[in-house]
Amino acid sequence: MTDALAPTTADRAARLQKGLRRRYARERRFQLYGLLAIGVAVGFLVLLLGRIWTQGNTAFWAHEAAIPVYMDPARIDPAYPQGTNFPQMVAEQQLARLGVTDDAAGRASTEMRQIFSSELKFVAGDMIKADPSLIGRTVTVTAPLSDDADLFFKGEIGRDTPEEQRRVTDRQIGWLDRLQDDGFVKRTFNGRMFTSGDSTEPELAGVLGAVVGSALMLLVTALLAIPIGVAAAIWLEEFAPRNRLSAFIEVNINNLAAVPSIVYGLLGLALFINWMQLPRSSPLVGGLVLALMALPTIIIATRSSLKAVPPSIREAALALGASKTQTVFQHVLPLALPGVMTGAIISMAHALGETAPLLLIGMVSFVPGVATSVAEPTGALPSLIYIWENASERAFHERTAAAIMVLLALMIVMNAAAIVLRRRFERRW
Amino acid sequence: MKFNIFRSHDDRGSGDPTQTPRMGGHVLPAARSDGPDGPTADAVEPTDATAGPALQPRPAEPLGPIKIRARDVSVHYGDKQALHDVSVDIPDKTVTAFIGPSGCGKSTFLRCLNRMNDTIPSARVTGRIEMDGQDVNSKSVDPVLLRAQVGMVFQKPNPFPKSIYENVAYGPRIHGLTTSKADLDGVVEKSLRRAGLWDEVADRLHSPGTGLSGGQQQRLVIARAIAVEPEVILMDEPCSALDPIATAKIEELIDELREQYCIVIVTHSMAQAARVSQRTAFFHMGRLVETGNTEEIFTNPRERRTLDYITGRFG
Ligand SMILES: Nc1ncnc2c1ncn2[C@@H]1O[C@H](COP(=O)(O)OP(=O)(O)O)[C@@H](O)[C@H]1O
Ligand SMILES: [Mg+2]
Repeated sequence: MTDALAPTTADRAARLQKGLRRRYARERRFQLYGLLAIGVAVGFLVLLLGRIWTQGNTAFWAHEAAIPVYMDPARIDPAYPQGTNFPQMVAEQQLARLGVTDDAAGRASTEMRQIFSSELKFVAGDMIKADPSLIGRTVTVTAPLSDDADLFFKGEIGRDTPEEQRRVTDRQIGWLDRLQDDGFVKRTFNGRMFTSGDSTEPELAGVLGAVVGSALMLLVTALLAIPIGVAAAIWLEEFAPRNRLSAFIEVNINNLAAVPSIVYGLLGLALFINWMQLPRSSPLVGGLVLALMALPTIIIATRSSLKAVPPSIREAALALGASKTQTVFQHVLPLALPGVMTGAIISMAHALGETAPLLLIGMVSFVPGVATSVAEPTGALPSLIYIWENASERAFHERTAAAIMVLLALMIVMNAAAIVLRRRFERRW
Repeated sequence: MKFNIFRSHDDRGSGDPTQTPRMGGHVLPAARSDGPDGPTADAVEPTDATAGPALQPRPAEPLGPIKIRARDVSVHYGDKQALHDVSVDIPDKTVTAFIGPSGCGKSTFLRCLNRMNDTIPSARVTGRIEMDGQDVNSKSVDPVLLRAQVGMVFQKPNPFPKSIYENVAYGPRIHGLTTSKADLDGVVEKSLRRAGLWDEVADRLHSPGTGLSGGQQQRLVIARAIAVEPEVILMDEPCSALDPIATAKIEELIDELREQYCIVIVTHSMAQAARVSQRTAFFHMGRLVETGNTEEIFTNPRERRTLDYITGRFG
């Protein structure tokens, strides 16, 4: 009896062993695939971020000139200092200092002027306006270098490039070297990137206008889409009768979530700008369009988190004599809140990065300055990136990457907020 | 013979028929009768003179006045009829057990009594259910107020994910039953005491109700229902998710609550029905087959199907 059993037992064990080995091998293989997939994803991400960083990190630094300027009383009208051609005055003084004589056409002074940013005029003008006693004295004026001079110091414009192929002449290079040797050139943090609006001069351009525009737009979007979306989801999920109409609505909300964003842009153009005559390029219109776009996503996210609340909680409240509304608002919604908030924030982050609809409602036009209300024209971060990327000045390229970094940073902050909120509220058992 | 059948369904006890059956922690007189005749139906006859104090008043004593009167109650879920013409009287200050194989409509009928079926869109209830002579389905009865009058306890303990205090205080609060914080505190304490939970949770009233054990959660849910001062308490398999010790505690509690409330309990445990109830209704395939005093149903059922069910031949 035992003899008859023994081989079968051994056989069975061997077979089990073999099956087990195969099972483990399969598991290891699967884990390997998973690791590979994650590796590829992380690799691409690193590549993308690395490229943005290498292209954009230089934009956070800028070279500026701090040069002694003789505030020539012969050229400055104390009653109207801003009328003075300070750049020409400074250029001539620098040429004199370097012992260069200007020709009749003023070619040397023009080239010298090009070294400095046009901002020089306003910096000097403001100094005189603030303190007219400076006239007749020599003071240090600090102003940005022009974008080309800045790029030269950053090494983006090579000395070895033939002169006709670069935007800085040999003569300008010589002068820039002298300025640097004399200690007039400083490398500083480019605060303008964060404190000014868009500008046609790259060295003066900043993302603030676009950040404020995007923020105002998101404000409009959030104020509209979140309450309406959550309310609609609550009604559909908790109160709507289950009939053909509600099934039809449900299907169409899912369809709307899949509509390409450019279509929403067209709708916004027709509805808000052409028909309702709302101001073009304004955060109000942008926010309205993005709200339309975010609505289906918020409704779907809210409904699924409402659905995830166990029915036993609803039964408990109803059986105690709570009304339907009390049940929903006192028990179901609080439990669904983490999911609702995550959905809302993620759809806001999507809205922040949305570009296509903005193209159609005129948000890609050049808007200097910073909007102070939702009805003023403004740019937005994604459209600023689009504008800068298409600009001809080379200095805008690094700024494009910097603007992308700002946009990504804002998105990371929003997504982190979603995670933190989720954790916070889920901890309430 | 009948006694053995009865005992064999005890989900708490051992298989030993001579062991003393327990009810709510009190010793039943049943095992006393293992005389030369062996255990007989007599053994569970609660009119037995030596019965323990827990069974006061005896089921054979006159039951309370009729609290709920159901006539020809039918329930359809969509096209499917789940309940066929159920007519039953449920007395006050009594525990009535609904037994029957699963899917036979016990929960469905129970949910008619506090109109919880209203919350199921496909459910359609016909027939008449009176509570104290008032038709609960009439337009003039607000289901919200009805549910304040008829508490319900579910199979799976379902405390709110809030503190123990908040769980109990919720009902009185939404119904505006208390006027002050002190008043509410009093109601919470009284309800927890009545549910036999006070001593276990008095020092952690503000910790989550979901952190309690299953049995404690179920007693918390009972306290929550009691806090609204209902007249009827419906329990749908309140012990089926609990261990034997927690079950015993709940059964003991049900027995105490009987003095003040009309209790209806759905159970799939015949032993439980025998232990806690004075009246039993047997449902089968959506019909009420038989109602009667519990010991009658278990010892001398009128219907063949009832006998088959309680002897374990189906279900
Ligand atoms: N919400 C519902 N929708 C459709 N059918 C249901 C629903 N609830 C119960 N039923 C059906 O009604 C019948 C009775 O169910 P139920 O009352 O839960 O039985 P029991 O509680 O006796 O096990 C079953 O056939 C069940 O499938
Ligand atoms: Mg049931």
